Amino acid sequence: MDLFEYQARDLFESHQVPVLAGAVATTPEEAFAAASTMGGKVVVKAQVKIGGRGKAGGVKLALDAEDAREKAAAILGMDIKGHTVHKVMIAQAAPIASEYYLAILLDRANRNFLVMASVAGGMEIEEVAHTSPEKLARVGIDPNVGISLEKAQEIARAGQFPDDVVDQVADVLLKLWAAFIAEDATLMEINPLVKTEDGRIIALDGKVTLDDNAGFRHPDHEALIDHAATNPLEALAKEKDLNYVKLDGEVGIIGNGAGLVMSTLDVVAYAGEKYGVKPANFLDIGGGASAEVMANGLSIILGDTDVKSVFVNVFGGITACDAVANGIVQALAILGSSATKPIVVRLDGNNVIEGRRILNEAAHPLIEQLDTMDGAAARAAELAAK
Amino acid sequence: MAIFINENSKVLVQGMTGSEGTKHTKRMLASGTNIVGGVTPGKGGQVVDMDGQQIPVFNSVSEAVAATGANASVIFVPPKFAKAAVIDAIDAALPIVVVITEGIPVHDSAAFYAYAESKGTTRLIGPNCPGLISPGKSNIGIIPADITGPGRIGLVSKSGTLTYQMMYELRDFGFSTAVGIGGDPIIGTTHIDCLRAFQDDPDTDAIVMIGEIGGDAEERAAAFIGEYVTKPVVGYVAGFTAPEGKTMGHAGAIVSGSSGTAAAKKEALEAVGVAVGKTPSETAALMRKILQG
Repeated sequence: MDLFEYQARDLFESHQVPVLAGAVATTPEEAFAAASTMGGKVVVKAQVKIGGRGKAGGVKLALDAEDAREKAAAILGMDIKGHTVHKVMIAQAAPIASEYYLAILLDRANRNFLVMASVAGGMEIEEVAHTSPEKLARVGIDPNVGISLEKAQEIARAGQFPDDVVDQVADVLLKLWAAFIAEDATLMEINPLVKTEDGRIIALDGKVTLDDNAGFRHPDHEALIDHAATNPLEALAKEKDLNYVKLDGEVGIIGNGAGLVMSTLDVVAYAGEKYGVKPANFLDIGGGASAEVMANGLSIILGDTDVKSVFVNVFGGITACDAVANGIVQALAILGSSATKPIVVRLDGNNVIEGRRILNEAAHPLIEQLDTMDGAAARAAELAAK
Repeated sequence: MAIFINENSKVLVQGMTGSEGTKHTKRMLASGTNIVGGVTPGKGGQVVDMDGQQIPVFNSVSEAVAATGANASVIFVPPKFAKAAVIDAIDAALPIVVVITEGIPVHDSAAFYAYAESKGTTRLIGPNCPGLISPGKSNIGIIPADITGPGRIGLVSKSGTLTYQMMYELRDFGFSTAVGIGGDPIIGTTHIDCLRAFQDDPDTDAIVMIGEIGGDAEERAAAFIGEYVTKPVVGYVAGFTAPEGKTMGHAGAIVSGSSGTAAAKKEALEAVGVAVGKTPSETAALMRKILQG
């Protein structure tokens, strides 16, 4: 889960990573109130989970609370690269002397954590890595060893931080590391980390990604989910414990196993080129395709008004095809007349003969069976185009 | 021969007394795997009947190894307890530890992977994987044993069901070993480890490599193939149509910006002479052509 900047700020603050005062506002009035409390100049910042908001006009300096109200009114509702701005953060303004960069992230390739630190901040770190790689320290961290004070100071020096801030930056890094571990994060990035004119080191903007698999250790992370941005079908699927991602096509997809479902989307996309149709969703029903799971899956997909046909693609490994077939038949019985779209089914693997027999015998008018994944994908695409 | 596991594998099941553990212990036994014990802390001393076979339960992996001479373990314990189970197996210096559990926090995986590396005696496979099978010899995990039999193709895949699908497509040839390495961001055994082992295995003639979006494991595997692998390799990559920034089922399957895309992976593989199929069946057809000359 990616957090908004204001959520990252709050999380940093709770772990003593130095930040400026900040508050979130969803209306110009709230922005006015927050700016009044802070007093003086504030920065009004669009809260969107995408980069480049500054260039898009989503960050503005406000001279006072009245100005903050106006700036918030201008920014709220803006479209930034397809993301509508529903919230702004009102942040205290600070005179900046220098902009730096500091991040900790999961390093998949080296299977450990990686600290990146650079005296050159405020721009995309890829740009620093490209133009002045000598200014970017990249240091792998053993998760079982962590970061000592000496190591943190060494990293700050390697990132070419001036001597007079090395200790302060090392201190921020240690706090960030503590936060990274405590919150089960996979990314904590501070860009820019700034030195103010009065010599303080402060995290001015932050990006945080938290590990969804660690949710059981963090009941408080639930509150950070952005329900407004969650597609209603995705929200419904989540309630039913289904692994579903809404896409923008016409062929509804149900399969078992993440790899096979991804592959099914691709095969449908190829087959659909001819008909001008695409996959409408990703839905992995996982190992146990009970009638209930199948009914939940089918009802979500049939409830998607974009869907014109459905492709059920199952390779029975542990799951037996007869159980899947029974699941489909019972699901259609449960759904009754609300099921109206053609369903192409391809079953293979464990107990496939019995599975196919069950579907043939049921002879449901919406169901059509094909033997191969490619053939079934082509048929589902053709039906969606009708 | 085969890679990693064979007829001499003596297997422990960690979490055997749980419902998943019991179900799959029975399946593994039915497919001929030599299961010598289960491990469930607090349940040591029990003996569990698994469809007629009496399997002893131990409190720890070290205890189980001392009593049975086990040289591999497979883990079915829930995410919350998985880290402790893996550490227990590493402490017993088991050469092969297969982690089936899905949903382990990545900080836990990072910690037990680093721990295994520091000890240097354990190969981890997974987590979030279906395990591996050397048909006719040993089957550790949840891969159905009846899809196909022994043969001379090696298979390595991030995905479970695509492993099954590919074994099914090429069932008339059979496999030396099929390894499901798992779909998590941090996994113990990589494509590269398997490619190296298959290249060095005299009983493997050709390799199928299945990848998916996310990370750059396939790109690094491609570079490795260019340097080291002389046996024919065919590839398949899932997720061409995956949108940016969305996790597609597997925790590791996510396209971030321009990195991790299926197109980049396909291109990297093709650049080193790997034939990449557009669909699983096309990939199988490419392998068929190679084996039939």
